[in-house]
Amino acid sequence: MELVQMQKSLQDYTKSLFLDGVLDSQFLQLQQLQDESNPDFVSQVVTLFFQDSDRILNDLSLSLDQQVVDFKKVDPHVHQLKGSSSSIGAQRVKNACVVFRSFCEQQNVEGCHRCLQQVKKEYYLVKNRLETLFKLEQQIVASGGMIPAMELGF
Amino acid sequence: MMEVCNCIEPQWPADELLMKYQYISDFFIAVAYFSIPLELIYFVKKSAVFPYRWVLVQFGAFIVLCGATHLINLWTFTTHSRTVALVMTTAKVLTAVVSCATALMLVHIIPDLLSVKTRELFLKNKAAELDREMGLIRTQEETGRHVRMLTHEIRSTLDRHTILKTTLVELGRTLALEECALWMPTRTGLELQLSYTLRQQHPVEYTVPIQLPVINQVFGTSRAVKISPNSPVARLRPVSGKYLLGEVVAVRVPLLHLSNFQINDWPELSTKRYALMVLMLPSDSARQWHVHELELVEVVADQVAVALSHAAILEESMRARDLLMEQNVALDIARREAETAIRARNDFLAVMNHEMRTPMHAIIALSSLLQETELTPEQRLMVETVLKSSSLLATLMNDVLDLSRLEDGSLQLELGTFNLHTLFREVLNLIKPIAVVKKLPITLNLAPDLPEFVVGDEKRLMQIILNIVGNAVKFSKQGSISVTALVTKSDNRAPPDFFVVPTGSHFYLRVKVKDLGAGINPQDIPKLFTKFAQTQSLATRSSGGSGLGLAISKRFVNLMEGNIWIESEGVGKGCTAIFDVKLGISNESKQSGIPKVPANPQHVNFAGLKVLVMDENGVSRMVTKGLLVHLGCEVTTVSSSEECLRVVSHEHRVVFMDVCTPGVENYQIALRIHEKFTKRHQRPLLVALTGNTDKSTKERCMSFGLDGVLLKPVSLDNMRNVLSDLLEHRVLYEAM
Repeated sequence: MELVQMQKSLQDYTKSLFLDGVLDSQFLQLQQLQDESNPDFVSQVVTLFFQDSDRILNDLSLSLDQQVVDFKKVDPHVHQLKGSSSSIGAQRVKNACVVFRSFCEQQNVEGCHRCLQQVKKEYYLVKNRLETLFKLEQQIVASGGMIPAMELGF
Repeated sequence: MMEVCNCIEPQWPADELLMKYQYISDFFIAVAYFSIPLELIYFVKKSAVFPYRWVLVQFGAFIVLCGATHLINLWTFTTHSRTVALVMTTAKVLTAVVSCATALMLVHIIPDLLSVKTRELFLKNKAAELDREMGLIRTQEETGRHVRMLTHEIRSTLDRHTILKTTLVELGRTLALEECALWMPTRTGLELQLSYTLRQQHPVEYTVPIQLPVINQVFGTSRAVKISPNSPVARLRPVSGKYLLGEVVAVRVPLLHLSNFQINDWPELSTKRYALMVLMLPSDSARQWHVHELELVEVVADQVAVALSHAAILEESMRARDLLMEQNVALDIARREAETAIRARNDFLAVMNHEMRTPMHAIIALSSLLQETELTPEQRLMVETVLKSSSLLATLMNDVLDLSRLEDGSLQLELGTFNLHTLFREVLNLIKPIAVVKKLPITLNLAPDLPEFVVGDEKRLMQIILNIVGNAVKFSKQGSISVTALVTKSDNRAPPDFFVVPTGSHFYLRVKVKDLGAGINPQDIPKLFTKFAQTQSLATRSSGGSGLGLAISKRFVNLMEGNIWIESEGVGKGCTAIFDVKLGISNESKQSGIPKVPANPQHVNFAGLKVLVMDENGVSRMVTKGLLVHLGCEVTTVSSSEECLRVVSHEHRVVFMDVCTPGVENYQIALRIHEKFTKRHQRPLLVALTGNTDKSTKERCMSFGLDGVLLKPVSLDNMRNVLSDLLEHRVLYEAM
């Protein structure tokens, strides 16, 4: 693909992420923080997010599969996930976490299970999308181009 | 001497009894004769002085020999051998020799001895006399001591009463007086009043006229004078039938005033005021006043005079000081009253001003509006008059208010930057209508080097120019009016007592308004600038005005460190009003009054700012770090409170702590940090990063001593603004 083409598709793709609500403006902030002194900032943060979140989701699954669910353990995990997702701008994940937390407070196991599923779903979605995004960026960089800055024109 | 019997007596004859008596007598005589020298020797040895030793020896020898003779005689009563007779003869011969010698000697000695006796008597008398004299000297010396002590007592106090009382007491004691009294002259100076006595506690208020001969006698000399005990000044005690009243002495005590302490006058006192001190010896004592006692009294009197004058000086100065204090207090009260009055007046003026201006504005505004409507000529005239009158009244009120504020210096210039050229043009535009009506052409000349933008009180400068130009128009019936503005240089004419010194960023503006109108009599020129003074007679007082204009203008000009004056060659020859004021030169064009817009935050540099980020969530920790690194900070990250406390140091300027995780423990760290850094300037600023920023969170943060709260997720701009505000103000609770 031509460079310009690639850049355009990157832009479109990113835009779609925003429009779908998968990412919010926080992600833009992250992108702003990426500069010459910190060229891989975004990918670093996102990678960390993935690692963290995988772990958390694992723990959450384990906790919720217990006979007696210890909500005191579950809540901090969800809180953590919420914090992480909001830090990188994974909007839908964050929202799902919010719902999750409210069920935790109510000590609704059924609700929590449902939420966990939702969170997982959203998480894998954003993970997928971000990985695609990075691939696109890498392609552009490999072709010798610059990643265009996002304009928040919506 | 016993008769020596040379006959050889046979045996004891019948006169044996006689013989026996002779025998015994001879024996005793011999014994006596031998013991006398012994006694003499003994006693002479005892006494230390005896000038005639050798006489004694001689005498001793004589007596011994006599005794020996009589002793030997004892053997001659009976038959005695030739040896005895021989010894007897030898003894007698010797005795004869010695006795004759002694007799001869005594002729010389006895007169000598007698004269010694007389000398001794003489010396004894001398000694007695010396004793007496010594006694006298001792008394005198003691008296002298008394005087010193007395003086010391007298001079040790500056209280008049104490001085006088002490004097009397001490004198009484020293001289063992019966009574001691002090007479002071009364205020009128015509009488002497008994002021102090020694024995009597409450002397009767007792006066004697000052012109008594005895008193004059005492006052005439500085010595102590013996006076009669019956004179009125000495008749103090109740006459209780004492046989012989003690001798009385009186002495004058000069009363000195401050004015007497002229060096030249000192020996002869120019004052004629004396007090009288009367001293009485005890009655029935046959004591007499001795010379030394009189001298003592005179000395004391002098000392008392000096001490009294000191006391008088002190009294004066104390009185003066008290008076001053009173005056000070009174002045203070007066000043406060004056201040209150001024304040009250200012308040009143301010209020009245406002109260009066409001209806005034209403009148003026509505009248102007009325003018715009359809009016009959009559009505128009009426409205115009109303407008004119109310304008006048408004001006009057302004003038009065301004002047009163100018008077007490409470007026301050309101400095600002303005366009000088525009100002002049505006003034002219205001005046032009009237000038046109009066057919007076006005010209404005602005010097080419006149700065355009200047710093000064625009309103008041306009007032001044308006006033001056207005006057020119007012008082001119014909001719032209020219207004010139220039930067004054030192070679321009100026009143002789005013020197213009242009400083760096300032210059002096000179405005000259020349008219060819009525002119002013040079004699009236000084009066022009006084309040309420008008030089026109009532008939020509059609132009109105309160006459305050020039006075106010002058005040404003003075406030602007300038000067104003009028030159005229006489009535009908027009006049020129000139004033100089100091203005500042402005660098910017027009905008210096507006406060600076804060600099673009993008330029704020946080380079090297050490911050600490505490967040349990790895991702958000990383993001926050990224934010801060992007802004140039040096970031340290920790993931727990304990680690945070371990790592935090005074090098970290800000600590961002995530307080989202449920629980209060997060806030505890803030307290712990406060504990760790007791000195405020060492403590890093604490900012909480939290997911919600409702009021309770904010309050909680504040209560735990956090300096700011940030909402997560933090945007770059937000973080930047927050950091800069925080670092500037050290507290931030509005970053929501």
